[in-house]
Amino acid sequence: MLHIKNLRVSVEGKEILKGIDLDVNPGEVHAIMGPNGSGKSTLASALAGNETFEITEGEVTYMGKDLLDLSPEDRAREGVFLGFQYPVEIPGVSMVNFLRTAINEHKKYREEEPLSAGEFLKLMREKKSLVEIDSDLTSRSVNEGFSGGEKKKNEIFQMALLNPRLSILDETDSGLDIDALRIVANGVNKLKTKDNATVVITHYQRLLDYIIPDYVHVLYKGRIVKSGDRSLAVQLEEKGYDWLKQETGTEA
Amino acid sequence: MKTMTEPNDTVKKFTSLFEEHKEEIFASEPGYLSDMRQESIRNFERLGFPKKKDENYKYVHLEPFFNGSLESRFAPRNLEFDVQEIFRCDIPTLDTYVLLLLNGFYYSTSGEKLVRQDNGIIFGSLREAIAQEPDLVEKYLGKYADSVNDPFVALNTAVAQDGIFLYIPEKQELDKPIQIINLLLSDDNEMVQHRNLFITEKSSKAEVIICDHTLSEHLFLTNSVSEMAVMENASLDVVRMQNEHNQSVQITNSWIEQQKNSNARHSTITLHGGRVRNNLNVKLKGENAYCDANGLFLIDKQQHVDNYTIIEHQKPNCVSNQHYKGVLDDAATGAFAGKIHVFREAQKTEAYQTNNNVLLTRDAKMRTKPQLEIYADDVKCSHGATVGQIDENALFYLQTRGIPREEARLMLMYAFADDVISGIREEALKKRVADLVSRRLRGELARCDNCAVNCYD
Repeated sequence: MLHIKNLRVSVEGKEILKGIDLDVNPGEVHAIMGPNGSGKSTLASALAGNETFEITEGEVTYMGKDLLDLSPEDRAREGVFLGFQYPVEIPGVSMVNFLRTAINEHKKYREEEPLSAGEFLKLMREKKSLVEIDSDLTSRSVNEGFSGGEKKKNEIFQMALLNPRLSILDETDSGLDIDALRIVANGVNKLKTKDNATVVITHYQRLLDYIIPDYVHVLYKGRIVKSGDRSLAVQLEEKGYDWLKQETGTEA
Repeated sequence: MKTMTEPNDTVKKFTSLFEEHKEEIFASEPGYLSDMRQESIRNFERLGFPKKKDENYKYVHLEPFFNGSLESRFAPRNLEFDVQEIFRCDIPTLDTYVLLLLNGFYYSTSGEKLVRQDNGIIFGSLREAIAQEPDLVEKYLGKYADSVNDPFVALNTAVAQDGIFLYIPEKQELDKPIQIINLLLSDDNEMVQHRNLFITEKSSKAEVIICDHTLSEHLFLTNSVSEMAVMENASLDVVRMQNEHNQSVQITNSWIEQQKNSNARHSTITLHGGRVRNNLNVKLKGENAYCDANGLFLIDKQQHVDNYTIIEHQKPNCVSNQHYKGVLDDAATGAFAGKIHVFREAQKTEAYQTNNNVLLTRDAKMRTKPQLEIYADDVKCSHGATVGQIDENALFYLQTRGIPREEARLMLMYAFADDVISGIREEALKKRVADLVSRRLRGELARCDNCAVNCYD
């Protein structure tokens, strides 16, 4: 589904990602872990098409298409979803208007009829229960005044509504208490099918108790320095990132 | 020592116009009015037009527009036009009492020029009211707008022939809003100076919608004055929608005086215009008066919109909120100057002002200047001004949800404008304004061709 080859990304002239290789297949859950500043969020943003991040080398193919050649909105409509680490507050844009526009833009792209108001409300109700999102939130402006936990739930709610093929969840667990974490993880698990894939980016192993990854990759200083199965995450939790630094021979 | 500067040619042009047409201007009007005109033209002659160095008119130099070749008319003309045509335009589908002004003169489709309701409410032509309700009009006309210190008010007072008169007696309420449609239509370049007078007596209530439209492509210069008195416990809502073409110059002078426990809300929505200057002057003359003054403009190309406000807190315990916003595209320029004046006596005043602007290009320019003069010591006052761009993070967020960049930009611009729109109390009007603003942002409003919008680029 997703094939990343030697991806190099710079921000304001500073190279952050120094050659990433990663393959994600349908039905898989990948976890990308790493200490702060290792480039995890940069990878997520670059895949979603944020122009602040300059691709200097490498290629990314997604469903046989050159992903890097697509605009952010086309990536989204091709089925790539980015769950933001810091969801943006947009005063004045109502959640309902935002969600309906987003869904209907997806429909338009697939040359399908837009959802009627009734159909849309039905879909909202259905997906709301999935992430236990408060009804009141959907009557407000996008993320405006939402708590940290509500913002993250809202990301998963949007993911549920848009039904992406590939979800990249950037630090979805940060700032969540244990209840919210459970709800968010549950949502992600329920949305899992054999045809879609999830890339979970996280600093802590904690989330991976709930979302069980098939693969774990450790990103350090812009490179994937180690890949393994779930046990790698457990090892990291026990020994910390310092262990890895010694293990891979990179300086601390 | 008294120094007198010689009036310049533009001023002379209007003083001699006044002299030449005196008979026509004074025709069959009461003596007090002619006296007021005489005095006003002398004031105008003394004041002259605001100079470039005049702090209050720093960003828009209006005198040159008065210099052009413009027809001034002191009696209505019979112009061929189809009233039904304007009803194709969007705003008139609201359920309102529609009053038409054609080039500043009352235009009646039924022949009736002054409507009297059973409850004593009167509305219609000011010219007609001067004749039919001499005592009532004399009591209020010219009492609220300052024709001693303001040259545009002075000029208007000297020559204005007609406009809208609205009178709501004590404890009465309009059952639906009054909608004034100002139509500009001519076969030559024309100057229009009309005068409105709205009186809401004690514990009365009224809503007024004013729509400014240009119907022909000629150069129009409007210098209008609206006097509004909001008596004790009364409530007055005024929403002005400006939608004139790029060759028009519009100066509006709105003067609101509020008594004890009164409530006034004034919104100016500028969808389109060539050069627009809106002066709003509010005097809070009784305790516990509340005033909302809102503005929103959406401009592009070479358009200029200048909003100037003065809120005078003369008595204690009054609240005023000013909220002005602007979206500027292309090489459009805008200015906002808002003054809050708190008198020594006006303790416990709450006066707030915000001015937020979005520049969509590098060429667009916005100038904003808050001005606070506070002489009382126990007050809450605040002001804030921002000039910025569309939030790139928000744009990207919307894009990652599949919303195309252009659509996302529109959503954000609309969202920016939204809180001024949501300040409009009348639900149907709010929806209509919301629709117009969104169409304006999409560039679709130009298709409303009977408004003659965008006929010049």
